[in-house]
Amino acid sequence: MQKFIVSPSPHTYTGESVPRLMYGVIISLLPALGVSVFYFGIGMVIVTTVSILSCILFEYLIQKFVMKTRPTHMDGSAILTGLLLAFCLPANIPFWMVMIGGLAAVGIGKMTFGGLGNNIFNPALVGRVFLFISFPVAMTSWPEPGQWMQYTDAATGATPLGLMKEGLAMKTVGEIMPEVPSFLNLFMGKMMGSSGEVSALALLIGMLYMLYRKIITWHIPVSILGSVFIFTGILWLVNPDRFADPLFHMLTGGLILGAIYMATDYVTSPMTAKGMLIYGVGIGIVTVLIRIFGAYPEGVQFAILIFNGFTPLLNKYIKPKRFGKEVAHG
Amino acid sequence: MSLKSFSRGGVHPAEHKLSSGNAIQVLPPPEVVVIPVSQHLGAPSKVMVNRGDEVIVGQLIAQSEGFVSTNIHSSVSGKVLKVDNFSDSSGYRRMAVQIQVEGDQWIDTIDRSDDLVKNTVLTSEDIRKKILDAGIVGLGGATFPTHVKLMVPKGKKAEYLIVNGVECEPYLTSDHALMMEKSDELLAGIHLMMKGLGVEKAILGIENNKPDAIQKMQKMTEGTSVRVQGLKVKYPQGGEKQLVQALLKREVPSGGLPIDVGVVVFNVGTVYAAYDAVMKNRPLIDRIVTVTGKSLSNPSNFQVRIGTPVSYLVEKAGGLPEDTAKVINGGPMMGKALSSLDVPVVKGSSGILLIREQEARRKEVQPCIRCTRCVGVCPMGLEPYLLMTLAEKGMYERLEQEKVMDCIECGSCSYTCPSARPLLDYIRLGKAEVGKIMRTRKAV
Amino acid sequence: MSQIILFTIGTLVTIGAAAAIILYFVAQKFKVFEDPRIDEVEEALPAANCGGCGFPGCRNFAETLVKSDTWDGLFCPVGGNETMAKAAAILGKEAIEQAPRVAVIRCHGTPEFRPRFNEYDGTPTCVIIHNLYTGEGGCPHGCLGEGDCVVVCDFDAIHMDPVTDLPVVVDDKCTACGACVEACPRDIIELRKKNKKDRKIFVSCINEEKGAVAKKNCSVACIGCSKCFKVCPYEAITMNNNLAFIDSDKCKLCRKCVVECPTNAIHEILFPPRKTDKTEPVEAETKIGD
Repeated sequence: MQKFIVSPSPHTYTGESVPRLMYGVIISLLPALGVSVFYFGIGMVIVTTVSILSCILFEYLIQKFVMKTRPTHMDGSAILTGLLLAFCLPANIPFWMVMIGGLAAVGIGKMTFGGLGNNIFNPALVGRVFLFISFPVAMTSWPEPGQWMQYTDAATGATPLGLMKEGLAMKTVGEIMPEVPSFLNLFMGKMMGSSGEVSALALLIGMLYMLYRKIITWHIPVSILGSVFIFTGILWLVNPDRFADPLFHMLTGGLILGAIYMATDYVTSPMTAKGMLIYGVGIGIVTVLIRIFGAYPEGVQFAILIFNGFTPLLNKYIKPKRFGKEVAHG
Repeated sequence: MSLKSFSRGGVHPAEHKLSSGNAIQVLPPPEVVVIPVSQHLGAPSKVMVNRGDEVIVGQLIAQSEGFVSTNIHSSVSGKVLKVDNFSDSSGYRRMAVQIQVEGDQWIDTIDRSDDLVKNTVLTSEDIRKKILDAGIVGLGGATFPTHVKLMVPKGKKAEYLIVNGVECEPYLTSDHALMMEKSDELLAGIHLMMKGLGVEKAILGIENNKPDAIQKMQKMTEGTSVRVQGLKVKYPQGGEKQLVQALLKREVPSGGLPIDVGVVVFNVGTVYAAYDAVMKNRPLIDRIVTVTGKSLSNPSNFQVRIGTPVSYLVEKAGGLPEDTAKVINGGPMMGKALSSLDVPVVKGSSGILLIREQEARRKEVQPCIRCTRCVGVCPMGLEPYLLMTLAEKGMYERLEQEKVMDCIECGSCSYTCPSARPLLDYIRLGKAEVGKIMRTRKAV
Repeated sequence: MSQIILFTIGTLVTIGAAAAIILYFVAQKFKVFEDPRIDEVEEALPAANCGGCGFPGCRNFAETLVKSDTWDGLFCPVGGNETMAKAAAILGKEAIEQAPRVAVIRCHGTPEFRPRFNEYDGTPTCVIIHNLYTGEGGCPHGCLGEGDCVVVCDFDAIHMDPVTDLPVVVDDKCTACGACVEACPRDIIELRKKNKKDRKIFVSCINEEKGAVAKKNCSVACIGCSKCFKVCPYEAITMNNNLAFIDSDKCKLCRKCVVECPTNAIHEILFPPRKTDKTEPVEAETKIGD
């Protein structure tokens, strides 16, 4: 007699899987990777390769020998963490620092909490902040774009946000603006900055792809970008000499990379649409506060990490709208 | 025509309506039928026959016990072989009557002609009585006794009759076939039910993947108080609460029934059976069952006697294909997997679906990555990921606060989960446990 | 300079003193009297917090022990008579002795005896399978083999045997807390009186179907033939719904019933081999517990 399979309903599935989602995000990052390689050449290639390989390696080693579970290093999440980590490092950073960043990202950011799905903070950002605090000089000397064959010996300069922060001590915005690249260059990515965050265009193409594949929803990126735009816009209207215009804030620093890829990380972002909007607006406001009133020129990474910490709270108190009103029962 | 749909959540699984457009085939009775006495929600009926008794088609063999219960009639003529426990679709053994079929003799009060009877002098009281006598239950799958639904509780008022022709489950086509072939009877049935309920307005909701049925019914209902409304294809639109919301923008309260917002919902199959019962004196002895599957040679819509073994149906549809690994009683989203073909068709069986080996297994369970898909698709606005964790950890109080009892078990969450997590398995478990706790609390 | 230091010290001392006074009065106001004997009794309990006594934890049980005048029905299965005597000595009350018990698995439907008719492919949890259907074997009462009992055991006293697909109780570790009894959706596990040398005689089946049906699903099922009932000289066996049950408090371990059982559903465990027996039941010799 034939043995049938029995299982509880439902008996059909979408065919979506964790690796498919992760590789979907990786594909959407390819345009940005291409632009970065175009501007930063060999350095970007080395940093990206080392970062991805070290994330995979550390995930494998930790799962195999420390957690003693079946390694899942090829499910795409380690590759994605590695890629995102590389994207927020300068392309001229020594490769051993990248490896330390990979260890911090996977080891501290992900595995200490129990692996995929359990971490509170975005692993790539944990890696970046770890490096930022440990090696402040290496992390803030940005290579000038267009040096194909230079790696650690590349000529360096300040980011537009750095220029703005320092310049505002004695000059007005109007006087600083000629020193920063044109808006077109900012949009295309021809500026100094972390290797993957420079090109707004490539990142937006990636976002469209992810929205099309339904990997992410619009809530988080739109609420972050929108709140940054509105907040900086208000400040700019109040005093255009003291505060840069909103478009400058949108196109510089890691804002777009953060809004599209870091803040939308499934594990560390809220579960409901309403929660996502609150989270996004919060990140936007904190980012602007750090950028304009804080000690650092850039604040996206800290803002995201702070709101990663708020995510469990948002999940607890922000509930989806339930179907049907409550009625009293006997 | 503008299409409507419910507002929250929902998924769209591949439709695979393989047997769509196939005419309803009337199957002759098999050699032996097994008629369970508990085919409906509520108290099992009391058996009225003994071993060795001769019965004929339409004869009462088990009587309603209590208000939420119903009658059961012999679907064949022949001799009672046994009144004993038989395996039901879950393998557990329950009381049933086994009948050896001999000839096909019907009770003579049943009008077996195809003549359409449209008008009736019966009062709503009479209609309810006839429906109770005929053992009509909800044929959409919930099998709730129909006469109970026709009794509008005191202090509430029915305003609309909603007829459910949605058939949102993939693969199933029995309601579609019914709407195409028995549209006159169906319409007469709708008017009958309106009379039984005392309502002036009726809406027939049909999903857009059955444009022929929408067109046909629309043409027929022109100028009457019955409105046909096309609906966007979205699962679980056939759920009562979803359908009411899609058609009338009214939300049935948590823990409530459609009647709380002035609506009563019946499946098209139920309405058709009610027509037969009232106008033709024909008790519920058969139903339309879709037998389908990708490898099956003849996916069909059969009109079969209650109690017919599933194996007989599969045989008539071309035999069990080699690569069948799973047999489902119902559709792929909410149906129940059978462990054997040796179970009878009951009042609630809407389809038999054969699933091939390559699609039969679940994927390996991965950790939850909090992608929010389950929250997004839940038509009841719940958080399946949270409910699953709470049920797994046995935190039943929290589970009740998180409205686990609102879950309609549509399976959209498990369907959509990229980590293949068994969300509904645990939510169902949580519902069972919370239900137990609530019952003991009520009893105290 | 010294002025600043003095000022700082002065401020801190003042704040500290004020806080201490406030705290003192608050503590007085909200003081809850707790019987110190509760702590003592709790100390004597095993601190397993297993819930075997029927209370949420050892402290709740200790409170109840202190409050109750008679200890009817109050018993710590983990600590046993010894612990109860200790607690009684502290409180000057009288402990009611109970015979030590041990969990026994009353199903022997291994794949060999109970063929599997289908394959389950869902969440591997007994209670979910039980709510869904009869399980891979046809028996509606048989062990589902997913180990819900193993998960709940706080004492590591139960584990699954991969060959028989049945749980195995480690008698030395089992404290008869009853967690597994509670967890089993099919009520297969029973707490039975512990005998000398962990010997046991029990009907390893709880199936109440008629004999023919039971036998079809499982060849070692109790078929309700009453042979054991008739042979028992101590009236320890009762028949109910086609099922024999041996009362462990009445059973004198004479082993007469074991030989009688036509389906080998009655197991004898840890007995010396019989010398005179010709029809030695194969199953009965299998050592089920370690």
